[in-house]
Amino acid sequence: MFAYVAKRLIAMPFLLLGVITVAFLLTHFTAADPLTSIIGERQMNNPQVVQAARERWGLDQSLPEQYAIYLGNLVTGDFGTSFRTRQPVAHDLLLRLPATLELVISAMLLGTFFGVTLGVLAARFRDGMIDNLARLFALVGASAPVFWSGLVVLFVFSVQLGWLPGPGRIDSRAVAPPFVTGFFTVDTLLAGDWAGFRSVLLHLILPASVLGWTVTGIVSRMVRASMLDVLSQEYILAARAKGASPVRVLLHHALRNAMLPTLTIIGFSFAYLITGAVLTEAIFAWPGIGSYAVAAARGLDHPAIIGVTIVGGAAFLISNLLTDLAYAFVDPRVKLGGRAGA
Amino acid sequence: MSVVVPTQRRWRSVVPAWATLPLVGGGVIILLWVIIGFTIPLWAPYDPVSLAGMRFQPPSAEHWLGTDALGRDVFTRTLYGVRHSFPIAVVVIGCALVIGCTVGAIAGYVGGLLDSVLMRLVDVTLSFPAILLAMAVTASLGPGLGNAAIAMVIVWWPIYARLMRAQVLSVRNREHVEAAVASGATRPRVLIKHILPLCWSPIIVNATMDFGQVVLLAASLSFIGLGAVPPTPEWGQMISDGALQFYRWWIALGPGLAILTVVLASNFLGDGLRDFLDPRAK
Repeated sequence: MFAYVAKRLIAMPFLLLGVITVAFLLTHFTAADPLTSIIGERQMNNPQVVQAARERWGLDQSLPEQYAIYLGNLVTGDFGTSFRTRQPVAHDLLLRLPATLELVISAMLLGTFFGVTLGVLAARFRDGMIDNLARLFALVGASAPVFWSGLVVLFVFSVQLGWLPGPGRIDSRAVAPPFVTGFFTVDTLLAGDWAGFRSVLLHLILPASVLGWTVTGIVSRMVRASMLDVLSQEYILAARAKGASPVRVLLHHALRNAMLPTLTIIGFSFAYLITGAVLTEAIFAWPGIGSYAVAAARGLDHPAIIGVTIVGGAAFLISNLLTDLAYAFVDPRVKLGGRAGA
Repeated sequence: MSVVVPTQRRWRSVVPAWATLPLVGGGVIILLWVIIGFTIPLWAPYDPVSLAGMRFQPPSAEHWLGTDALGRDVFTRTLYGVRHSFPIAVVVIGCALVIGCTVGAIAGYVGGLLDSVLMRLVDVTLSFPAILLAMAVTASLGPGLGNAAIAMVIVWWPIYARLMRAQVLSVRNREHVEAAVASGATRPRVLIKHILPLCWSPIIVNATMDFGQVVLLAASLSFIGLGAVPPTPEWGQMISDGALQFYRWWIALGPGLAILTVVLASNFLGDGLRDFLDPRAK
């Protein structure tokens, strides 16, 4: 157990270094000249401007030199300067991180809640209508492209029914709350702006549901399987024999134990959320890291692309590590080292 | 009652064991798309890239899925889309399989330092969220479906490398391999003739399921603007057209449903194949 944790922790910095190196190399073996996106195509014919820009952005140095400088800067939290926004990439990312986190956390909460509910119902009414519907719902959620299901829900709930607002984080006529945490839900509350808070919550529902749909699917399958497993055990029979009500047996006795494997799945579903967030943000005009990544990729903004890729890779690595460790701590029966399929 | 039993028996003998609902259902959907892909130029109602009617027509008898911002027929474009998505997915999975299986088989069989180096490379590549890595690669190569395909191969090969290595490791100490080594077979021969034939089934299952995922990722890259360029009738590209006017729901409906059916079908097909090839894994 200890050896496993130590091994994973020691491997971490090397994997991170690998991630940084790959991201750095990728954007330097490139067909498109970054200079074009810095100074524009018309200035490319002007040798003086080209030379000045090369020096200004450090592009006149050799690759190993650039790499060494980049690594050195990274240590101090400097991701370089975006070609496009002319702001430090770290500054851009920090500014946009809260929007993405707010979306991802809401999606995770919604997805888990509905996933557990559906999973419990599907296990309770096994092979019945609810079970089949839940299976279909999960399957479609895992198979539909988020950038399309986002459009569909926008059309149905915003355009047709008018129940929920369209894209964006807050009503377009409202003023964004003063920046404290960057989480609009928290910031509106801190400002005592109830109308703003309501607007923010309403704007969160659609993107978070679309993004959380995948998680709902994964979680409900897992909860169903482990509930069926648990429900066939003898202590459930004992609880029933003692006269515990069916709801109590289901939620108190069975679900508690069935949640264990589900925890891991929720952790690993973070990967889906990062991927999905990029596309969901694009659809819902959500000013987070995902839409920043899309704009950076379109504009061949290399420092920004490297920055986003590194941050995404790091988030991925860390969440997988935490999930593994949490699993080991929660369930002492887990033998780490040769992980059986989760 | 006595009639029921024989009919059931006859039914079972007519339908072979592999013909389960997921396998057949998924297979039929994929097959339909393949047929559409090959024959569509012969019977398409309109041209996919030129004006077919008024702009922004909602669905009607002439235009089953309406028309888009340039007056092109959405139904025709949706059907043509398969001619871009399927070849890309086949090429990407094919290349990823060749690279990944070669690396995985060599790493698993040779072991030692080579194995460590190759597997660390796999670990690092798998540390990225697939879409971010694919975006970074495509952005540095420049937009276009071909470059998107290269990016997806880079994202996908490590999955097969890891899978193949695990398979080789589990097979290489079996007795028949030892017998082959003892009888003087060369190392490449042992690997190719005695180990690899036993490794394929989980890889085939995974590749089948990944087919839909590659179609999805390709569409995502096009949606972002890094894959297919207009006026290509590509599904992701078409959905991105529809996103500009999401209140005109019909523009994105066809391509969205198309992707959905392909992903669902390849999941079914993979599930069915697994039950058939490896009954123990269920």
